[in-house]
Amino acid sequence: MTKTNMVPVPSLGIIPERDVNRMPILDIHHLGIDFGGLHAVEDFNLVIGRTEIAGLIGPNGAGKTTVFNLLTNVYTPSRGVILLDGVDIRGKKTWQLNEMGIARTFQNIRLFNKLTVEDNVKVGLHNICRYSTLEGVLRLPRYWKMEKEAHEKAMELLSIFDMQHMANYVAGSLPYGAQRRLEIVRALATNPKLLLLDEPAAGMNPSETAELMQNIRKIRDDFQIAIMLIEHDMNLVMGICEGIAVLNYGKIIAKGTPDQIKADPVVIEAYLGRQGEESLHAEG
Amino acid sequence: MTKYKNLSSPTKNMVSTFALVIGLFLILQILLLTGSVSSLVKGQLVPICAYIVMAVSLNLTVGILGELSLGHAGFMSVGAFSGVVMSSVLKQAGASDGLRLFVSILTGCVFGAIVGFLIGIPVLRLKGDYLAIVTLAFGEIIKSIMNNLYIGLDASGLHVNMLKDNLNMTDGRVIISGPMGVSGNDKLSTFFAGFLLILFCLFVIFNFVDSRAGRAVAAQRDNYIATESVGINVTKYKLTAFTISAGMAGMAGTLFALNYSTVVASKFDFNTSILVLVFVVLGGLGNMKGSILAAIVLTLLPELLRAFSTYRMLLYAIVLILIMLITNNPEMKHVVDTVLSRIKGLFRRRKGGAVND
Amino acid sequence: MSFLSYLINGISLGSIYAIIALGYTMVYGIAKMLNFAHGDVIMVGAYVCFFAVTRFSLPPVVGVLLAMVVCTLLGMLIERLAYKPLRSAPSLAVLITAIGMSYFLQNSAQLLWTSNPKVFSSVVGNGALKLFDGQLSISYVTIVTIIICFAIIALLLFIVQNTKMGKAMRACSEDKGAAMLMGINVNTTISFTFAIGSALAAIAGVLLCSAYPTLMPTTGSLPGIKAFTAAVFGGIGSIPGAFLGGILLGVIEIFAKAYISTQLSDAIVFAVLILVLVIKPTGLLGHEIHEKV
Repeated sequence: MTKTNMVPVPSLGIIPERDVNRMPILDIHHLGIDFGGLHAVEDFNLVIGRTEIAGLIGPNGAGKTTVFNLLTNVYTPSRGVILLDGVDIRGKKTWQLNEMGIARTFQNIRLFNKLTVEDNVKVGLHNICRYSTLEGVLRLPRYWKMEKEAHEKAMELLSIFDMQHMANYVAGSLPYGAQRRLEIVRALATNPKLLLLDEPAAGMNPSETAELMQNIRKIRDDFQIAIMLIEHDMNLVMGICEGIAVLNYGKIIAKGTPDQIKADPVVIEAYLGRQGEESLHAEG
Repeated sequence: MTKYKNLSSPTKNMVSTFALVIGLFLILQILLLTGSVSSLVKGQLVPICAYIVMAVSLNLTVGILGELSLGHAGFMSVGAFSGVVMSSVLKQAGASDGLRLFVSILTGCVFGAIVGFLIGIPVLRLKGDYLAIVTLAFGEIIKSIMNNLYIGLDASGLHVNMLKDNLNMTDGRVIISGPMGVSGNDKLSTFFAGFLLILFCLFVIFNFVDSRAGRAVAAQRDNYIATESVGINVTKYKLTAFTISAGMAGMAGTLFALNYSTVVASKFDFNTSILVLVFVVLGGLGNMKGSILAAIVLTLLPELLRAFSTYRMLLYAIVLILIMLITNNPEMKHVVDTVLSRIKGLFRRRKGGAVND
Repeated sequence: MSFLSYLINGISLGSIYAIIALGYTMVYGIAKMLNFAHGDVIMVGAYVCFFAVTRFSLPPVVGVLLAMVVCTLLGMLIERLAYKPLRSAPSLAVLITAIGMSYFLQNSAQLLWTSNPKVFSSVVGNGALKLFDGQLSISYVTIVTIIICFAIIALLLFIVQNTKMGKAMRACSEDKGAAMLMGINVNTTISFTFAIGSALAAIAGVLLCSAYPTLMPTTGSLPGIKAFTAAVFGGIGSIPGAFLGGILLGVIEIFAKAYISTQLSDAIVFAVLILVLVIKPTGLLGHEIHEKV
């Protein structure tokens, strides 16, 4: 993919040029949550374009996963407004948010370990291949039609990561990297507009990570969706993200293109320490 | 790559379960025809069918939904009494025995399911042991209510009253009389009806499990948050499974009640709930064949232990504890496995010896 | 005046529930299991005391002490034989074993002592304290029950908060593996917990039968279930919770019997429990455990 020129939006996120004239998929204003007295996330503002790959980085405990949990209402925000495709998502339950177009993966992998790989994806297809419980129990024609469709779709989705041959394996028995990939497939199965990936490369070796990077780009291009990812692997973040937000102590301390972030002294100091410049360049 | 485990297909499991039930039924029919079934066992045939339905129904809740229910007998009770009332109403209407049984079981199903649905709404919000204790509580509440319910039937229709034995009827018949329960009930249940009911329930459960809704239920059991994250309204599917389970327990209740001339509410108490739970756990969670076999063996066991008369319930308790210890304690399991393989080895050697001779 | 009398009776009944509930809640807190046989240990305690007093003409205090000793040994024996081998088994397997143990105790009692009800004579005498010119009469059993319950709670809180064994108990309830790594003998701690719980069950059995003098092999089951409910009501695993849950359950039961309906009193008790759990899903004093996402 050729790199597009970035259009920096003041005080907001980075929207790729192709998205400039379209409504952003995600528009977050002053989002915040308190745990007890602690402001875990505070005054979080971010805009993500329709087909943007955005990165959320920051030291451990900065509140990155909490942001994902707020976006999927695993935690209910204390303050702020989240607009998904222009619609306020306040009060929507986790499953309703998925129906509206947000899908996610988890930092500590959450597969359906006892189900097969194929069934994991089919659970993701729950709202795509629909039939009623009665139709299922009585094995009416719609059941057969939809199950066939679900099987085909599942195989097609698994082929993104070349995992079709694993379809009958029990998900819990897969190696770590395959589990992470399966989680992405399952999230994609729900036909999202915005895909949240929480440390997709964690536990992967460099060659797996390189492959993952290509696949993430491919997913964005094929499905024309926005992807927001949390990641510690700077190669991956700097390599594929078009816009990056840096979080520290629950607050955004910098936003910009990868090059801007790499050069930002605030980021270097807060995120990587005082001698961080060298290591940043070494990693990036 | 050896650690990858291929699953046996759910269809295979379903077919073998049906084969088991049909096979057992045919064997029993032959034994009944040749008159080699003792009257003791004969009397237990319908109750065993009812307990099998209870066991597979509870297995849906405990094994597949993954929630411990300690009040399943409550749904059985609702099914039993609603079914008996329906059978009395139909008798007055002059319906045939077969139709009465069919519609009564259907009534038991509907009432069981309604009560299950209403109870499921608060219950399924809770988790683990808290959920278990609330199902226990509901079971006890249902027992108390049934114990104080008076229903009579006369020309003008049904008369219902709580607590007081005062139904304002000139003539007609009292169907349910509080703690005295039902008496003079027509015994409509047959072994064949029980057999069909088991097949029906297995059909529903297997098809449910292997469908979109069943996958959602299995998924939430593995990982609740992940299931919600893929857009599934988990509560809805938990409630569906629980309602189906309660409906089946209702049917089992009707089948059970219509096998006796007298039925009292205290029959469907905590101990009955536990008895069925024992079937499910011994048979294996999610394993329908296991539930069926456990229900048969454990219902017959006290009858077979009758020779020990007063010691039989004590033996039952000891057998229960020993089975749990043997199947769940690693060391004991090992000992049993070694002994079994020794015995197998012994047989093999004998066979070999015979060839040499 | 009748209101006050009902209230005191409720607290007294609740005290018995609380003492039983402590056994459930401590075992649950540390071994994470529902010990269904606990209710039947109560029954055994009551029988031991009954025979000590009637057949061997021992003084009631000795009878109670003897019941405590027997129940303590019984509790530890049950734990050693039936529950310890299943330490790593699924919780449902342990639950069924506990149920089997409950059947075992009930049926053993039936064989040993027949199912004919025995009339238990109160260990504290049958007198009553008359107040307000005799308008309010409180039996000695009631008073003694309440005092004993408060004393037990105070003692238990002291043990759990201030002794080495108490610290070990709290550590085990938090994380058995970590406790083991810190040099705590988890098996001894669990055994000790069963010992305390069973000794309390003996006291509860004697008090229960002193207040409601019919003693049968099934005497322990319903109070056992209700006390278990009380433990959950208060928040299972919490000692103050078991106390609060027990007292409230007793008071609600007596009031329901007095003012609403005797037949439906159990149903009302359970309905209140459900209501509380639906509003506060981990009981009154239980704390919620958040799952990390």
